[in-house]
Amino acid sequence: MLALPPAPQPAPRRQVFVGTAIASVIGTMLIGGMLAVWLQFRADSPTREGGKVGFIKDWMPEKIKVPEVAANMMLIAFFVVCVMAQWAVWSAKRNDRQHTGIALGMSLLIGLAALNAQVFIWTQMGVGIRDGAFHSMFYAATATFTALLVSGLVYTVVAAFRYLARGSAGTEILSAHALYWYFLTAAFCAVWFVIYVQK
Amino acid sequence: MTSIDMHHSGTTQQSSVFTWLTSADHKIVGRLFIGSGIVGAVGGLVLAVLVAFERISADGFQILDADNATQVLSAARLLLTLGGVAPLVLGLVVAVAPLQFGSRSIAFPRLAAAGFWTWLVGLGLAIASIVGNGGPGGGESEMVDLYLAATVVLALGVLMVATSVATTALTSRAPGMGLLRSPFFAWSSFVGAVTLILTVPVFVGTSIYVYVDHRYARAGFGGNVGVSSWVGWVLSQPFTYVLAIPLLGFVLDSVTTLTKSRIAPRPAANVAVGLVGVGVYAAVTQSPVTLPWEGDSFLDGLADKIGDLLPFALLNLVPLLGVLGVLGLTMLAVKGGKPSLTAPWVFAVLGLLMLLLGAASHVLLTIEDAGLIGSIFEAGSYVAVTFGSLILALGAVAYWGPKLWGRRIPDKAALPLALLAFAGTAVSSLAYLVAGFADQPAGALDGFSYEGPQELWNVLATAGFALVLLAMLAFAGLAAKSFRSGEAAGDDPWDGTTLEWATSSPPPADNFAELTVVGSEYPLADMKSNDRSSSTGKDA
Repeated sequence: MLALPPAPQPAPRRQVFVGTAIASVIGTMLIGGMLAVWLQFRADSPTREGGKVGFIKDWMPEKIKVPEVAANMMLIAFFVVCVMAQWAVWSAKRNDRQHTGIALGMSLLIGLAALNAQVFIWTQMGVGIRDGAFHSMFYAATATFTALLVSGLVYTVVAAFRYLARGSAGTEILSAHALYWYFLTAAFCAVWFVIYVQK
Repeated sequence: MTSIDMHHSGTTQQSSVFTWLTSADHKIVGRLFIGSGIVGAVGGLVLAVLVAFERISADGFQILDADNATQVLSAARLLLTLGGVAPLVLGLVVAVAPLQFGSRSIAFPRLAAAGFWTWLVGLGLAIASIVGNGGPGGGESEMVDLYLAATVVLALGVLMVATSVATTALTSRAPGMGLLRSPFFAWSSFVGAVTLILTVPVFVGTSIYVYVDHRYARAGFGGNVGVSSWVGWVLSQPFTYVLAIPLLGFVLDSVTTLTKSRIAPRPAANVAVGLVGVGVYAAVTQSPVTLPWEGDSFLDGLADKIGDLLPFALLNLVPLLGVLGVLGLTMLAVKGGKPSLTAPWVFAVLGLLMLLLGAASHVLLTIEDAGLIGSIFEAGSYVAVTFGSLILALGAVAYWGPKLWGRRIPDKAALPLALLAFAGTAVSSLAYLVAGFADQPAGALDGFSYEGPQELWNVLATAGFALVLLAMLAFAGLAAKSFRSGEAAGDDPWDGTTLEWATSSPPPADNFAELTVVGSEYPLADMKSNDRSSSTGKDA
């Protein structure tokens, strides 16, 4: 192929940011679709006596207890990561590399804490994957979300390296990174409410 | 227009296998998709002929047997839909849309290339699992698991490509080219990519549930029998519309270019394509919308009836209106233009007619009172949409092939193939639609009987499939021969008006030598007009 001199580069139009936004839409549809199926199964299940709250849907087996503290802490951790990721954007726009690095490090650390909380929930709940529809669906839904969470952690590492390598030219990826954590937070809010609160 | 004159000698393609395997050039990725799609469609058609042949005599199996009939049926649909139509459409979109946008490259080119290989690996594994007695309703548990995992991999490949295309549309257009000013194919590619982005993740999520349940619990999703009911919607309508959306843009682009006309209500064309995208909602809901009209009088409970009608209209009639709109605008363009009989626009019009038949018959299918749900009428509707999409895709290959390969397919040889594919599609589709009214069951290959010429309908369907297979094989042979040693196409063989014709055939790695600033919906026509004006000025 003839090597041509490339055409002048048009003004950049935030390709990474738009790509991340589209990835977030894909993630939203993925988690939204899974929660919709979850809610359909829950709605189709019979009712049983639920103590103080009267009759409830007999979807989550009675013997399973959700470690609510861990689930709530996980939710809070996501909000904190959003603040850290946005702090990274704020600092990077002011060319403050030190605080950008700290913010990204904190994002990674608290994201890892959220991952740890998820693993803790799995071990504490003691759900056997082979024990029924709720059980297999619980692992399918939470593991899919965890995969998205791990991809967020990888994104944080990549964004940190890109920023440190490119300096102020790399601020777009930090905005995109923050957007992805906003999506993860919104998605976990839905997972938290449907799976851990509403059950 | 300098870019047109620069690259004639630039067709020395790097032909090593390594280059093809590792390239992230969107033209190469697109061509890989197109080639794979033609192979997949031929494979699917061979199996479709087998299935149709088995239906001729419902007393017992002739070639297949009870053990493999379900697998062959599954493989036929998988190959036709996700192994044939999907890669053909994605290949055209990946190869052509960035050129139409005036972009130097597709956004995230490595993602698009990875999308192709991911799709290919997923398709290969899915076929292997079906061969190993897996797939929907398969008898080998491990192979059913493999099928579910493979279709997720395949879907992720499609999503990677859709992400790349949508990002290109939003970020990499030439200066001055708004989304609504972009060529019809580029616009419909964007709409198609967005609909894929909205629907395919739902399929992925459901498949994950079914996989985990099937592998570990067998408690909620019906085991191997439930696979089809939970994730089979991706191989039937209305999802098949989603794959056809970019091809509507091909119809509008090719007909206006080849008949030397323009669509005056241009926004109407964009809206018509967008309306078909509404089919996305029907795909996501995953269940047929029925129309209960019970009641003694038409006006009884009118408010409830309107309430029922609203989702029905939104999910089924609106996409049909979109296809009708495209057809109407196309006919207006033909009427107002100077049509000469060229293969691409004959493919375009005939394919669109089949798409319309499929969309209209699907509306009828969803009306519960017609009693067609569960009959082979569904297959007739599917055949019309899927084969109509194949006809359109072949037309698009004939139209943009000269740009991508630098050589053109001779019209005289391609035209009969368009008619052959149309005749085959119409015969097979109509035969199944009629057999559906006679209550021939869907999915059954033997053991059914009904009043009427049962064998005739199935003989006609088999003959129709065979004709389409013949047309497909002939087109593949013709394209392979033409693109290797056919007549050189030149940079602008159709006297086009959009930017893909403003560069050499095939385009160089960076697509365009110069940055084009777009001033209207027909940028190349403007450039030609400016060239003519300046040469006239010089002469004067």
